[in-house]
Amino acid sequence: MNDKNLPSYLDQSEAVKARFDRINQRETILEVRGLGKRYRSPQGETEALRGIDFSVRRREFVCVIGPSGCGKSTLIRILAGLEDHTSGDVLLDGKPVSGPGQDRGMVFQGYSLFPWLTVKKNVMFGPQMNGRGHDEAERDARTWLELVGLEKFADAYPHQLSGGMRQRVAIARALVNQPRILLMDEPFGALDAQTRSKMQSHLIDIWKNIDVTVLFITHDLDEAIYLADRILVLKAHPGEVQEVIEVPVPRPRSPGQFNTPEFMATKARLEELIHPAPEPLPEDEQAVKPHLIRFTNVNDNVE
Amino acid sequence: MSLVANLTGTDSETRKRTLLGIGSFLLPLLVWCLVSYVPFIWHPKVEVTVPGGVDYFQTGMLVDKSQFDDETAYAKEQHLALPAGKPANPIYLPAPHEVAQAFYTGFAKQPAQKDAPWLHESLWHSIQIIFWGFLISSIIGVPLGILAGTYSTFARLSEPFIEYFRYLPAPAFGALAVAILGIYDGPKIAIIVIGTLFQQVLIIANTTRKLEATIIEAARTLGTRNLKLLTKVVVPGILPDLYRDQRILLGWAWTYLIVAELIGTSSGITFYITQQARYQHFDNVYAAIMIIGIIGFGTDLILARFGRRLFPWDRAQDRR
Repeated sequence: MNDKNLPSYLDQSEAVKARFDRINQRETILEVRGLGKRYRSPQGETEALRGIDFSVRRREFVCVIGPSGCGKSTLIRILAGLEDHTSGDVLLDGKPVSGPGQDRGMVFQGYSLFPWLTVKKNVMFGPQMNGRGHDEAERDARTWLELVGLEKFADAYPHQLSGGMRQRVAIARALVNQPRILLMDEPFGALDAQTRSKMQSHLIDIWKNIDVTVLFITHDLDEAIYLADRILVLKAHPGEVQEVIEVPVPRPRSPGQFNTPEFMATKARLEELIHPAPEPLPEDEQAVKPHLIRFTNVNDNVE
Repeated sequence: MSLVANLTGTDSETRKRTLLGIGSFLLPLLVWCLVSYVPFIWHPKVEVTVPGGVDYFQTGMLVDKSQFDDETAYAKEQHLALPAGKPANPIYLPAPHEVAQAFYTGFAKQPAQKDAPWLHESLWHSIQIIFWGFLISSIIGVPLGILAGTYSTFARLSEPFIEYFRYLPAPAFGALAVAILGIYDGPKIAIIVIGTLFQQVLIIANTTRKLEATIIEAARTLGTRNLKLLTKVVVPGILPDLYRDQRILLGWAWTYLIVAELIGTSSGITFYITQQARYQHFDNVYAAIMIIGIIGFGTDLILARFGRRLFPWDRAQDRR
C-alpha cells in the first residue's frame, strides 16, 4: 500500500514528545519486574508469561495487546491478585501486591455485575465491603452513577440494562473504591461497534477527569492506539514483552484521527508485530479439514 | 416497540399455556370417566340386581362376568328364577363421582369407624411430619451444601461419603430409627431426613458450584474477603437456584412420607389409606391419594409464584 509514505511510528511531534516527558516525570504507580508464570496442565508444564518488565506512571493510559494465547489475560489477573505469579515482582506504589485489593479496580469483559443487586447497590458494594456506612456508600454511588450517566437507572437490575450500560455500571463500581489503577480486561469486547466507540470516548473522558491510571487489555489494534499513551505488545508461547510503543498520536484524541499518518504508522507497526508471516496452525486446528461436497445443482452458482 | 410485541406475544402464549395445562388434567379425567361410565369399554364384573334362583347371589354383589353367565345358564337349565345384573367395574376402581363424594364426606362427615381419624386429621399429621423432616434436613443440608460447593477441600472431605450414603434406601433405617427414636413421630421424621438430606447436600453443592466464577472474582477485587464472600456474594448469588432446589427436594420429602408413616405405629395419611383399603372404601383411598398430590402440587405452585416475587432479578424464571 502506501506504507512508504507513512512516517515512522517512532517519530513524535514536539507536543507529543513534551507530553511523554511530563508523563515520565510522574511517579510510578505500577511496576512489574521479571514477572513469570508457569502452571502445570495435563500436557505438562506450560510457561504462560516470562520475564515481563514494565512500569506504569501515574495517570498514564497503557494498553496491552498481543495475539491470542500471549497471556494478556493471565497478566491482568496476576496484577489484580486473582492469580499467583511464579517469579518476579508486582509492585504497586513500591509495595508488593498479594491477593486482590481495593487499590486495584477491575473491569471484566463479561461485566460480572451482581445480578441480585440494583445498579446503585452494585456500586455501593465496594465501599460497604470496605467498612463504609450505608449513607456514605449511597452518596458515593450516586456521584459515580451520575458520572457514567446512569443516575436514572439507579434502581434497575443489571439484566434490564444494555451491554454498554452494564459496562458503565461495572466501571462506576470499580472506580467508586478510588483505586490507584484501573485494570480493564477487554471490557468492550462483547459490545457492538457503535456502542464500543461510544464507550471508548466515554472512558477517555472519565480518565481525563479523574485521578486514575488505566491498564487496558484489548485485541483490537484501533482501540489500543485510540486509547493508549503507551502500548505493551506481547508475543505468545511464552508471553513476553515484544515492544513498548509510545503512541505518537497527539491528544486530545478523537475518532477523526483514525486516518492520520501517525495513527496508520502505529497500526502498521502493530500489524507487523502481531500478525507476522502466517504461523503454522496449532495441531488441533490442523486436524480440521473441511471436505466440501456440492449439494446444489452444478449450474446454480452464487458467485 | 419490541417490548409491546413481546407483551402481546406472551399474553396469547400464557392463555395457550394455561389451556394446555388444564387439558393435561382433563385428559386423564376423561379416560377415567370413559372407563367408569361407558359400560362396553371395560366393566369386567357384573353387579347383581336380582339374585334370582342363585342361592349365594345377593343384591349389590360383584361377580365375574363368566361366573354370572354360568350361573344364568345353570338357572335356566334348572328352570329357576333368572338372576339379573348390570356391568360393573371392580371395586378397586370407583367412578369419579364416588371419589368426589368421598372427598366431601372425608372432610364433612364422621368416619364410619368410631376410632378412625378424620381425613383432615390424618392429613394435618402428615403435613407436620413433612414440615419437621424437611426443616431438620434443610438446617443441616443447606449449609453443608453451600460449604461443599464453595470450598473444594470441604467437598472432597464430605462428598464421597455422602455419595455412598445416598444409595442406602431410607426405609432400610426404619427398624433402627424405631429402636432409637421410639414408635411415634420420631422415626418417621428421621426417615424423611435420611431420604432428603444426602440428596440435598449434593444438589445444593452443585448449584453453588454453578455460580459464575467471575462474580466471586469481581467481589474479591472490590475488597470482599472470607466469610463476607460467602454471606454477601455466594449465598445471594445462588439464592434463586437454591430456592428452586428446595422446591424439588420438598417433593422428594413427600415421596418418602408413605414409607415413613408405615414405620412404628402407622399414622397420618398412610394410616388413613391402609385403614380405608382394609374396609374396601376405595373411594376414600383415591380421595386421600389425590389430596396428597393436590397439597404437594399446590404448595409448589404457591412457592413458585412466591419465588417470582422474591427474586425479581432471576432470569431463569422468564424462560418458563
